[in-house]
Formats: sequence, structure tokens, C-alpha cells
Amino acid sequence: MASENKIINKTNSESPSFGGVGGGFVSTRNSCKLCAPLGASMVFKGIEGCVPLIHGSQGCATYIRRYMISHFKEPVDIASSNFSEETTIYGGSRNFITGINNIIKQYKPQVIGIASTCLSETIGEDIPGHIYNYLEANEGETRTLPTFIHSSTPSYCGSHAEGFHNTVLATVKTLAEYQKKNDHITLLPGMVSPADLRYLKDLLADFDIKATVFPDYSETLDNEYTSEYQLIPTGGTPIYEIKRMGNSKAVIEFGTTFNKGVSRAKDKGALQTAGEWLESTYYIKNHQMPLPIGITATDRFVSALKEITGKELPEQHRKERGRLVDAYIDAHKYVFGKKALLYGEDDFVAALADWCKEIGIEPYYFKSTDFETLREEAESIKPDMLLGNSKGYYIARERKIPLVRVGFPIHDRFGANRMHHLGYRGTQELFDRVVNALIEYKQENSPIGYKYL
Amino acid sequence: MGHILDERQMQVSVAGKDARTIDCNKVSLAGSVSQRACVFCGSRVVLYPIADALHLIHGPIGCAAYTWDIRGSLSSGPELHRLSFSTDLQERDVIFGGETKLYNAALELIRKHNPKAAFIYTTCIVGVIGDDVERACRMLQDETGIPVIPVQAPGFQGSKKDGYKVACEAIFKLVGTKQKSIPAKSINILGDFNLAGELWILLDYYRKMGVHVNATITGDGRVDDICNAHSAALNVVQCSGSMNYLAKLMKDKYGVPSMRVSYFGIEDMSDALYDVARFFKDDEMMAKARQLVKDEVSRLIPELAWYKAQLTGKKAAIYVGGAFKAISLVKALRLIGVQSVIVGSQTGTPEDYELIKKLCDEGTIIVDDSNPVELSHFVKEKQADIFIGGVKERPIAHKIGLGFCDHNHERKEPLAGYEGMINFAKEIYATAMSPVWKFTKTSPSPSKGGDVR
Repeated sequence: MASENKIINKTNSESPSFGGVGGGFVSTRNSCKLCAPLGASMVFKGIEGCVPLIHGSQGCATYIRRYMISHFKEPVDIASSNFSEETTIYGGSRNFITGINNIIKQYKPQVIGIASTCLSETIGEDIPGHIYNYLEANEGETRTLPTFIHSSTPSYCGSHAEGFHNTVLATVKTLAEYQKKNDHITLLPGMVSPADLRYLKDLLADFDIKATVFPDYSETLDNEYTSEYQLIPTGGTPIYEIKRMGNSKAVIEFGTTFNKGVSRAKDKGALQTAGEWLESTYYIKNHQMPLPIGITATDRFVSALKEITGKELPEQHRKERGRLVDAYIDAHKYVFGKKALLYGEDDFVAALADWCKEIGIEPYYFKSTDFETLREEAESIKPDMLLGNSKGYYIARERKIPLVRVGFPIHDRFGANRMHHLGYRGTQELFDRVVNALIEYKQENSPIGYKYL
Repeated sequence: MGHILDERQMQVSVAGKDARTIDCNKVSLAGSVSQRACVFCGSRVVLYPIADALHLIHGPIGCAAYTWDIRGSLSSGPELHRLSFSTDLQERDVIFGGETKLYNAALELIRKHNPKAAFIYTTCIVGVIGDDVERACRMLQDETGIPVIPVQAPGFQGSKKDGYKVACEAIFKLVGTKQKSIPAKSINILGDFNLAGELWILLDYYRKMGVHVNATITGDGRVDDICNAHSAALNVVQCSGSMNYLAKLMKDKYGVPSMRVSYFGIEDMSDALYDVARFFKDDEMMAKARQLVKDEVSRLIPELAWYKAQLTGKKAAIYVGGAFKAISLVKALRLIGVQSVIVGSQTGTPEDYELIKKLCDEGTIIVDDSNPVELSHFVKEKQADIFIGGVKERPIAHKIGLGFCDHNHERKEPLAGYEGMINFAKEIYATAMSPVWKFTKTSPSPSKGGDVR
């Protein structure tokens, strides 16, 4: 019973239908998704020395900065090419050139990551053309020009998750090259927290595996106190590491949905993930798997690492797994049979759902939904808790049930970038938080209160 | 000033040194990483607090997602404004047009929520793809019998300030459409958005003076009150950047006079009360205002004197949306012994900046439409202790080791009125005196690369 999967496939916003589907509304009401350029910006922040440029109106960059700053509590400088009415009519090449020049003057970046917007895509901006022209016009310059990466991210195609994956792909396509096979691996973790990225890098180091982790915003979006305003924060995946991806021994790619949720007229039939592209282009084995949340999923990840490198799971990590099993046993009763309503990016939710099943929680989630639909569905599901980002808080508040905050964005709590979700360590943290939320709920609602569990 | 882009040199000036008027009121420079948002944002934040209206955003998802519940504008009744509705345009809609989808979405939402009016916001691509939103609104109005008002706010058509104007035009369409008799000595409050319940503090003051408050635009706003706004004897306008235009429209058509006020700091708050009494030429009202000010100020002075003793000698940097607010902040800070060494805004006018120049001490940097590179440089140069700004300025302050005071949409403590002045002093004190700064001053961690030059 508890292991039954409650996926409810109710298309809403993705459907071009005007009538709504299955009781859904025509409009999106309190959207769960964000727009594609946000995902692109996050990836660009994970490249060393990179400044993102959003080719469109000023508001896009500012909104995305504000949204990311509220989550990461870190500087997030994103430039805009600042379209005006004139730009919209006559095209954005002049703004593009001015924008690039000013970014170079102010930031001296190694990389400029350019994301398009609904506006620039609709008026047919040729960004690769702009880049080509810029490079041509500045040929022979003594100053070194930055590397340009372009990702096509109109916000009417998919969500921030598609924007994220498309940008990982665009970056790898732009930079990865083949020289000779090496013994390092490539890890494409998807949209995870800075703490998760640090954990993955620690795990790989403990395994003694050389790896490129991309994108790596573990430092750029979660930096130490620096006493100076670092115009480009330290950290990020170095360009040379992205370049050598073409030589890697194997690729591990977390996710199951990626950028394939929405087909686009432009790239129809050509939708690939970065891992698939590396496999089809450089014949590197791509190990695609769900995000390692839970023991089963993490075991799968660890097995892949063992298979690729022939190395054994380091002792301290084996013990982390053991302690996690121990915790599962100690707390299984508090979670068993509970119903959790999940929401967030598809890949993340799918992994969370599998984890819920692993510990006896019944997961409920919807594909391509919005918060108002979730709120209405919660009437009949009667979940015991919510598991997702902070935007579902109003539903939890209305239903007087706990919300365990995970993923992105977390705008109403502190420490989102230090939150773990992945591996034995992240699962342990997640498990403790879920168990305690349920215990606290019971305690708070008990007529007498108690001092022992 | 090497850290200021050439094209921006004229947008920075130093009080007491530069005789010229600062350059402002211009579009942001591409690639400068302006802190400004867009036209849509301007219209959205102004109209947002109208609590019994439906707000539907016609465009791809981002614009709606990033403005969901964006302001802490409280309502004493309905909370329809806190829901975020979007037509969530998809690629197909962009190709074939989104008008039908808009019509169906709005109709469905109006039928479900029974709002008093509906605002339909158009975003960047709507004009480009040629949707006739005016026609859709007319049809919806005929069908539903409520005012359905198009808010033409494509992001590229100017800056946030132009969005204020668009919002004023939308509000003005409602004004004069209903007639209800109200007391003769009545005012409309324009430009307070009831952040953290600030409006309610003001209502209490005016009530004590015997002034009837008719419409509050837009904090805790109601459609019916706005429809009858022309009946008031006076428009009292705060946040003049956003609302002066509405006051002008109402003066031209209905002959309602207006006055500019500010509710921040003792001086400006008291003037806001006296000026209203003076307008009505009512001795009793003036006497009541005097008594109120006397009561409040005598309570406040000893408390503020204590804060002033602690804070004297501290230096503040101010960078906020509207310059009029910046002026009030300079005065309020002076009351507690804090000197303003940098004063900037996103949308100031030449008159505002001239006033700031006169008000500030020699050497104060005055800046229009600044960015992280400049701001981080300025605060270092002027050795500010405290930064007062919004969400996007916070990480600039914190990474350099400066205290920060949030004076933006998200604040949870009222800063207006007399009790607001105490809250403001408390907040400045808390951030200036926190013991954590000893870790930033005594042991700055070594920083590597990418710093401010």
C-alpha cells in the first residue's frame, strides 16, 4: 500500500488547450515553475570566472537576481542587454555589443554566459551571429576576449529546469573537446544545493576519484566572508575542466526528465542531455540515474563509481550508510503510512518520491502543476506533510501541517545553501528533518505535551 | 573614477564639489548590471496591493512567478491580490497568438473569484506577437460586468518608473466611475502601500485629527474606494515618483488638489499632518495635530536621544528605489546621529537630486541608477558602517562587512510614522552594534582574485 506510486498526470500549463485539462484552469495559478533564464543563470554561476548576461529587458536580470539572492544570500551579479522599444524594433546587436563591452570593462570575466529571453527569441535575435560578429570585430585585440557561451532559453518553453539542463548542454557543446582518454570522470549533478555539491566533491575525493563536477556553484553561490566585494566570486568549474570532459572515462548524470519535458519547434527531435551528447559525440559511457536521495538511489550511484573506477566505498562513507540504516530502523514508526505532498523540479520530485517509498511514506505529486491545483488536490489527499520549496508554505499554513523545506527556492528560512539532500549524508539530514517535523507536529497538537518520544 | 563606466560618469556627483546637475531619467546602460527592474515591475508593484481586484499577467511564466506575493502589503479584508495568475504563454501561443487563451483564462478566474475589477498586465512579448489586449478586455468587461483594465506594461518600454505611470493610468480608469457622498474634510492617501501595516498607523493619526480618509491608493486598496476617489478634497501623495502622475490626472480632470508628503522621520511625518490641517484651514484640526505630534514626540525624544548617543559618528550609505524616500532617510538618520555619505536611487529626478545635494554634507556621493561595482567601491571609499537598501543591496553590504537595513518591499517592521522612527532607530542600532562585526574587522579572510580594483 505504502509503496504505491501516486503520480497524477495532470497537464495544465504545458497544454496549449484553452479549456484546461482534467479540472485544471486555463491560467497558471501560483506557479510552481520559474522561467528558463533563471536556470541558465544558475549554470553560468557554476562556471569559473563567468558573468551571466541576459539578452532582453532589464527586468529579467533584476528579477532573477533578486530571486536567487533571496535564496542564496550571496551576491548574484547578472548583466542585461537592456532592451528598449527601439531595440525591440531594430534588433539587439548594438545593445549586445555595448553590454559585452561594459561587462568586460567592469568585470574582466573569463567567460560570458548569454541566455536569451522570450523577447529576444520572439523578435528573432541571432545570438550566435552577434557573438561571431563581436569576435570578428575585435580580432587581433591585445586584450584577451572572454569565452562566449550561448544558451537558448525563451521562457515560453519549459521551466527553469529546462533552462538549467539546456545550459549545461550548451556549455558542454561549446567547450568540451577530445584529446586523449583520461582517467577522470565527469559528474553532472543537475540542480542541487551548494552543500550537496560540496558533499559530492568530498565523496569523490575520499574515493580518490578525479572528477569534473559541473556546474559547480558551491562556492560562487555560497562563499565565505571575503571583506571585499568579489566582482566575480571565486569558485566554479574551471574552463579547462569542462574542456577535458571530452576525454573523461565516464559520465554520471543525475536526472530522469531533464530538458525533455517540452519539445520545441526549434530543436524538435534533437533534445539531448549533456551526458547523452558526450556519449554520442565522444563515445563516453553515460551513466544516467536518478538523483541519489535515499539508500537505494545512493547505492546505485556508489555502484556506478565502483564499476567505473574499481575502487571501494571509503570506510567513513560506509559507516554513514550504516548509521542511516540504523536511523531508519529507530524512526520507522514515525513516518510509516504518512502521506506527503511533493512539488518542485521533476527530477528532484521523482527522486524524493522514491525515497519516500523507501521509508514507508506515501508520496503524492503532480506533473506540470501549480500551487493552487495542489491546494485543491490537498483537500482530498489530506497529506500529513508537504515536502518542497518554501512557496508551498501557504498551503501548509492553511492545512496546519508541517512543511519540510527542500530544494529551491527557500525564501522564508535561513541556510538553504547549507542544506543537504544527496547521498547517505544528505538523506540522513533529510530523514532527521522529516521525522522531527512529524514528531513536532504530534507533540504540538497533543493535549498534554510530553518529554520523551 | 575608474570604476565608473564612461557613459555613467555624469550620473554620479559629489555634494559640495560638483556644481552640475546629475544626469538622470535615462535608460539603464546595457551591461552595467543596473539594480532597476522593468516597466512591468513598476506597474505590478503599484497595483499589487488592490486587494479585491484580480491581477492576471498575460505572458510567459517568469513575470508572474517573480512577482507572486512580492510585497508585504497587508489587507484588512480580501486577499485576492496575493494570488499570482498567469496565462503562462507557450511556444504555440506565441506563434498562433494568445488572445483567446487570455480571454478564457480571465473569464474563468473572474467567475471563480468574483473580483470587483480585473487588471490584465501585458508583458514584453504580448505587443510583439500582436495580441489585441484592449479588445479582449472590452469583451471581458461586457461579459462579466466588472471593469477589466489593460495594463500595458511591456518591460522594454522604459524603466520601472514608466511602469508607475502605466499603473496610474490604469487606476485613473476607475476613478470617477462611482459616486458616494463622503465627509467634506476627506483625503486620499496616495503612495503608501501598507507594508508591515504602515498605512494603518497613518489612518490612526488622521482619524485623531478628524480627517476622513477616503481611498487609500494602493495600500489596503479597494476598487470601490478608488472609483470614488475623485470625491475627496485632497490627495496626499507619498512616494511621489509613483503617484504624482495620478494626482496630476485627478487634478486636471476632477480638480482635486494634491500635496507631497513623507511619513519617514519625525520632521516629515509631523509636516504631513500639519500640512493637511493647514490645507483645511481648520484650527481645531491643527490643534489636534499639534497635540498628537506633542504626545508622540515627547515620548520619542528621550528614546531617540539614547540611540543618538550610541550611534553618533556612524556613517550610512543609502541606495533605494525612489529619491524622495532617500531624502527622508537622510533626515531620519541625522536625527539619530548618523551621517549619510552615499545617497542614491534608481529613479530620482533632477529636482530630487538637487534637494539631496543641498541636504547632504560636503563630500557625500550622490548617484543615479547605480550598480554593484560602483556601490561596493563607494562604500569602501567612504568607509560606511551601515547600508540602507533593498534585497539586492544586502549581499553587497554583508560581503564587505557592513550592517544592513532593509528599507524595501519585504520589510516586516513598520518604519513609517512615529513608532516607525523608533523601529528604524532600533534596526540601525542592532546592525551597527552587533558583536559579529569583530570577526569582520579583526580577521578578514584572505581574498583571492576578482576583487574590486
